[in-house]
Amino acid sequence: MRILVVEDDKDVAGFVVRGLKEAGHLVEHADNGRDGLFMAASENFDAVILDRMLPGGIDGLRLLETLRGQKNTVPVLFLSALAEVDDRVRGLKAGGDDYLTKPFAFAELLARVEALARRGKGDAPVTRLLVADLELDLLSRQVRRAGQKIDLQPREFRLLEYLMRHAGQVVTRTMLLEGVWDYHFDPQTNVIDVHVSRLRQKVDKPFPSPLIHTIRNAGYMLRADPA
Amino acid sequence: MTGPGVKAAPEMGRQRPTLWRRLTGRGSDRPLRLLRSASIRFAAVYAVLLALSGFALALFLWYETAGLLDRQTEAAIRADAQGLSERWEEGGLPALVMTIDDRLAQNVDDDAIYLLVDSQLRRIAGNLQRWPQGVTATNAWYELPVQRAGIRSLARVQRFDLLGGFHLLVGRDVRVRAQLRNLLTDAMLWALVIVVAMASGGALVVRGLFRRTLANISHTSAAIAAGDLGQRVKLSGRGDEFDQLAETINDMLERIGRLMDGVRQVSNAIAHDLRTPITRARTRLEDAALHAGSEAELRAAIERAIADLDGIVAVFQALLRITEIEAGSRRSAFTAFDLAPVLADVGELYAAVAEERGIQVAVESPPQLPAYGDRELIQQAIANLLDNAVKFSPRGGRVTVSGAASGGGVIIRVRDQGPGIPPDELSRAGERFFRGEDARSTPGSGLGLALVQAVAHLHGGTLRLDDAAPGLAAVLLLPMAQPLDPAGPGT
Repeated sequence: MRILVVEDDKDVAGFVVRGLKEAGHLVEHADNGRDGLFMAASENFDAVILDRMLPGGIDGLRLLETLRGQKNTVPVLFLSALAEVDDRVRGLKAGGDDYLTKPFAFAELLARVEALARRGKGDAPVTRLLVADLELDLLSRQVRRAGQKIDLQPREFRLLEYLMRHAGQVVTRTMLLEGVWDYHFDPQTNVIDVHVSRLRQKVDKPFPSPLIHTIRNAGYMLRADPA
Repeated sequence: MTGPGVKAAPEMGRQRPTLWRRLTGRGSDRPLRLLRSASIRFAAVYAVLLALSGFALALFLWYETAGLLDRQTEAAIRADAQGLSERWEEGGLPALVMTIDDRLAQNVDDDAIYLLVDSQLRRIAGNLQRWPQGVTATNAWYELPVQRAGIRSLARVQRFDLLGGFHLLVGRDVRVRAQLRNLLTDAMLWALVIVVAMASGGALVVRGLFRRTLANISHTSAAIAAGDLGQRVKLSGRGDEFDQLAETINDMLERIGRLMDGVRQVSNAIAHDLRTPITRARTRLEDAALHAGSEAELRAAIERAIADLDGIVAVFQALLRITEIEAGSRRSAFTAFDLAPVLADVGELYAAVAEERGIQVAVESPPQLPAYGDRELIQQAIANLLDNAVKFSPRGGRVTVSGAASGGGVIIRVRDQGPGIPPDELSRAGERFFRGEDARSTPGSGLGLALVQAVAHLHGGTLRLDDAAPGLAAVLLLPMAQPLDPAGPGT
């Protein structure tokens, strides 16, 4: 995927660019708002990682507003030290698709950017999700694996749905908390792990090959082939 | 010093000093500086008001006494003249002369004055020898010295013209009255002098009082400005406006003091509670840099250090969030919402973790529980309470989350069967970084309850921690600041 990183801090930018390249993406970097806007507007990217406070007269919010004003719908993830709830709301209102505050874990950034970039494509509404022999019907709200019906609680169903929609991608605990529970704070106890392990009991345990994998220091991934 | 006391009128600032200079005949700004002193202004207002009222009183008294005498004299003269003119019309000159003589004879007070003259101003009747000079107009009052029976006196007279060229002078001797009037006037003038003197003296007293009262407040303020926060404004004990002001100022100082204590406490806590994990992270990294034998060892040390740093960041974020909530800026996010599903969701989120530890979580709530506030913050507050309850519950324990409507608000209770908090620690439990003696070994930052408390305050509510014997009952009371409106909140 082609990703644009607009970030003025050399260390952070270097770290992010290197990490994204290692993950197999094509990365462009701008260290000020003016260049960032020019590159975002003139080239096609799958996602943009955007700092809020930028030199060059155009800050992240202005940049994004200008971009959206030109009907550019490239997915944008804000990466900012401005961490107040209102800052986050402002960023999302300006047209941002996601908001990650500094300091951040690279795994979190990567997972979110990949999720964003992929969401941009294939918007067709689906009624049925299928990963290997696991099948989830969104209309009848039924789950089957290898033809066998699995009974899930409503929340477990939504958790599985989220994992299947992001099949093959890393999904972090925070993403699950936001996507499945709509909670925007970090519970002190790691409650998500317990919910995932319960889901595993039902979806993976009775079957020979597991689908839900734990990705160390990052989160979870649902995928067909054991890597 | 060119500006006047009134900043709103800059053009006056240029005029007033020059006017003053012209009035006082010197270039000094001293009068201006004096006027700018509030105590002198108050004293001057007092003096002017007292003098004005004294003057008004004197004027009134004078009018009611001396003025009354004058008016009585004039009325008597007018009545006299009326009678004489009637006699003249009835009986002509002889009747008039007879009447004048009669009246003079009957005049017991010997104060009546009559003079009837012909066109050549020759005397026909009356007790004056000659027509006084200068009495030329009718319908006008004259006050003039007269010579009567060899005595000099003062008379108030009016002239009337009769048919046939006769002139009539009717009047009263007012010597005694004039003396009385002079006496009164003198008394009034002296009274005025005394009033002015007393006003000036009183003004000085007022100024002194004013200064003394202000000096109390201003000394205290100066001491506090110099850093002595323990100072308080002394109360006179009279409960007057100055006492009220002093109390308000003392309350303000009290609050500032508490806030300062809070800040000091927080910075101490930050220094202590963050120093520990930072030291740990630093030690790990240095140890790895010096002693790690293999890349795997190095990597493991770095990962642990990152985890430590993440913990520090989490503490920072929690602190900032509490500050953000306490600043009250989140009030704009207040909406009306149903609390029942929020309770159920949070309960469900923690039920799984609790079950792993053999703890049961029960949610008790009516099917609908209307509330008004910041949904996300209330959610987090409940999550924090539940997090605590689950953390401190013994295996096999039971945690109850209940919500109920209470007097226009909602009351949320989270009850556990853990060790509870000792009574002497209960009041401090909501402080930032507070961790009970028995809780030192449990993971946590000591900020959970502080956040709940901040959320409660933001909503105008309270967080109460009760001993549930056994265990702890955290009671979050949120008054509904705004009645539920289907059209949505107004603010």
